[in-house]
Amino acid sequence: MSEIPEVIKQIPLINYVLLATMLFIIGIVGVLIRRNAIIVFMSIELMLNAVNVLLIAFSAYRSDPHGQVFVFFIMAVAAAEVAVGLAIIVMIYRNIRTIDISLLDKLRG
Amino acid sequence: MNQYIEVVKALTPTQWAFYGLSVMALFGALGTIMSKNPIHSVIYLILTFFSLSAHYVMLNAQFLAAVNIIVYAGAIMVLFIFVIMFLNLREESTELNRNTVLIVATVLGSLLGLILISSLKKAEVQYLNPESFRSQTGMIETLGNVLYQDYLLPFELVSVLFLIAMAGAVMLGKREKGERNF
Repeated sequence: MSEIPEVIKQIPLINYVLLATMLFIIGIVGVLIRRNAIIVFMSIELMLNAVNVLLIAFSAYRSDPHGQVFVFFIMAVAAAEVAVGLAIIVMIYRNIRTIDISLLDKLRG
Repeated sequence: MNQYIEVVKALTPTQWAFYGLSVMALFGALGTIMSKNPIHSVIYLILTFFSLSAHYVMLNAQFLAAVNIIVYAGAIMVLFIFVIMFLNLREESTELNRNTVLIVATVLGSLLGLILISSLKKAEVQYLNPESFRSQTGMIETLGNVLYQDYLLPFELVSVLFLIAMAGAVMLGKREKGERNF
């Protein structure tokens, strides 16, 4: 018979929900306050990780492996997203010699 | 004051580990968005990823802890550092001096946090049945079985996604004639 891990017995699930929420909020604030495109990108990674924490916590507390498979897919999509996004940032830098996103206002009417 | 000391004294090692790792993760996240130098941001973000991996180990999700370190702290962060060094961003950013934006963003973020917490605060597993609890959930054997049986098609589609992403990155990074270059 398998044993319940100590952390699941001693830490209520709401603590993981709070941790993930705070990480997500920090990511959102980072996207709002920074103008450096690379740091905005890192804030997005932070938000993706907050979601991963939440999925893994629920999956572990319910001992259901499907949530962890979803985390696996999220990581794969994040890797692809970073590859394309950084290529776009490099291309922007080649064209306007800066990665300040407040200067990217060509589409403004 | 004394009662807080009693509470701290009564913490078990598992609780110490949980709260310590949570504080480390949040500290790294705050450092990521507050530091002026992008390289420092990357280092703080790596700290966050390692403490999150430790959380995964505590939750008995060993496979994802290893994948998190390999994919995030390894591959993705190396890409970030590579691009930052490639772009050679010498000047320190000054955008953190804009106080209005900082205050508005913090207020908006805490509002959203209140909404999220108030909607999720009833999240609790009703009861844990030691008979039906499977502690091997996060091991590679269980996850492999689920991944190759229930999620075989998404798994194959992810490889197509990677192929497209690779082609897209190569196409975006290629120099074209007539484009302004270094």
